[in-house]
Amino acid sequence: MTTLERLLSEHPFFKDLDPRYIKLIAECAREVTFKAGEFIFREGDPSNKFWLIRSGKISLEVFAPGRGPIMIETLGEGDVMGWSWAVPPYRKQYDARALELTRALEFDALCIRGKCDEEPKLGYELFKRFAQIIGQRLQATRIRLIDIYGSHA
Amino acid sequence: MAVTLKPQVITEVFTDPMVPVPYRVRRVRRETADTFTFEYEALDGRRFPFAPGQFNMLYLFGVGEVPISISGDPAHPELLVHTIRAVGTVTKPLCQAKPGDIIGVRGPFGSSWPVREAAGNDIVIVAGGVGLAPLRPAIYYILNHRGEYGRVVLLYGARTPGDMLYKKELAEWRGRFDLQVEVTVDAARPDEWQGNVGVVTTLIPRAHFDPHHVTALVCGPEIMMRFTILELQKRGLRDDQIYISMERNMKCAIALCGHCQYGPHFVCKDGPVFRFDRVKEIFGRREI
Repeated sequence: MTTLERLLSEHPFFKDLDPRYIKLIAECAREVTFKAGEFIFREGDPSNKFWLIRSGKISLEVFAPGRGPIMIETLGEGDVMGWSWAVPPYRKQYDARALELTRALEFDALCIRGKCDEEPKLGYELFKRFAQIIGQRLQATRIRLIDIYGSHA
Repeated sequence: MAVTLKPQVITEVFTDPMVPVPYRVRRVRRETADTFTFEYEALDGRRFPFAPGQFNMLYLFGVGEVPISISGDPAHPELLVHTIRAVGTVTKPLCQAKPGDIIGVRGPFGSSWPVREAAGNDIVIVAGGVGLAPLRPAIYYILNHRGEYGRVVLLYGARTPGDMLYKKELAEWRGRFDLQVEVTVDAARPDEWQGNVGVVTTLIPRAHFDPHHVTALVCGPEIMMRFTILELQKRGLRDDQIYISMERNMKCAIALCGHCQYGPHFVCKDGPVFRFDRVKEIFGRREI
């Protein structure tokens, strides 16, 4: 098992994934480091990558004219960043910026899509996991929409 | 707004739970735009022993009475502390009180956080918004008896960085080596906040505790508690390991009037702190 395969299998997102698939996915991955303050992507960028965060903290931001940047979510160790690579129009919806030194595993989404085409079972497994992440983010967004801490609370 | 009482009245010792005891505002601290922490002292110098999680009925003469959780340190019964959010007919003028003003106090009432029973366990405290106030006495107690517990985790969610309570204490607690403190806000600007952004439930998967030997204390808006319980259950907690603090329209505070009836319970007497397995069948039901 290579170092990259070991890092992949240790990440919660790939917990219990068949080692055969880990090996396949590793061919599309590389280790990356982002310095504090560094933008990882900007809104509107083509979405051809996603990341598994190993350490550090990343903020997802929206820029509102007149208000400046607004942090809408932070992601940290064990989180997955980016799912717009999986659905059209394959564009980033937010800005992502490292709040502190961040280490991650970066994936080439085109390469991953190719692997999924070759191995539909891997694709199914991967999309099940991404669906869970998307569901969690949707639920978190809905909770915040309620404004639970507002004056009516 | 408050009325100053005559000296001969204030020296009386009341024992009737329906009769308010006069307390003087000693100190006021603004926590957020609409939330204030008040320190009160009894005019007759009496001490105020209470258990973490209990509440008082605070009476603003001529205006009305409201139930407010006690947010002070149970090791310092000489001082009564309440954190109050100015949202209603009584709490708005109550929050305008100045040092020297007099209010009436009945209490303490209700059940408490199981801090003694939880000795030997890890503790995870999950607070949302002003829900940190009823939990603060439990935090004080646990920190005063730190050796009796395993890992202690405090997870706190607020609307914005400006809406966080007890910022100075949170910073002190974060600096301790024997306490994991994680704070998150719903939204923030990068120039005002470098911490977590997201709902408080997102902190639970990353918290360090043993799910088989942990007691969870949860307080906040009911919706927040519902999602928090789901996340705690995902971590493997049983319903009898989770305690919540409920809020209902309390009037008499001694289980007579029925205003705070919650299924078979009276929140003022059986609560406000409930072990979750005892209310799970009715928790979150809109008809109750």
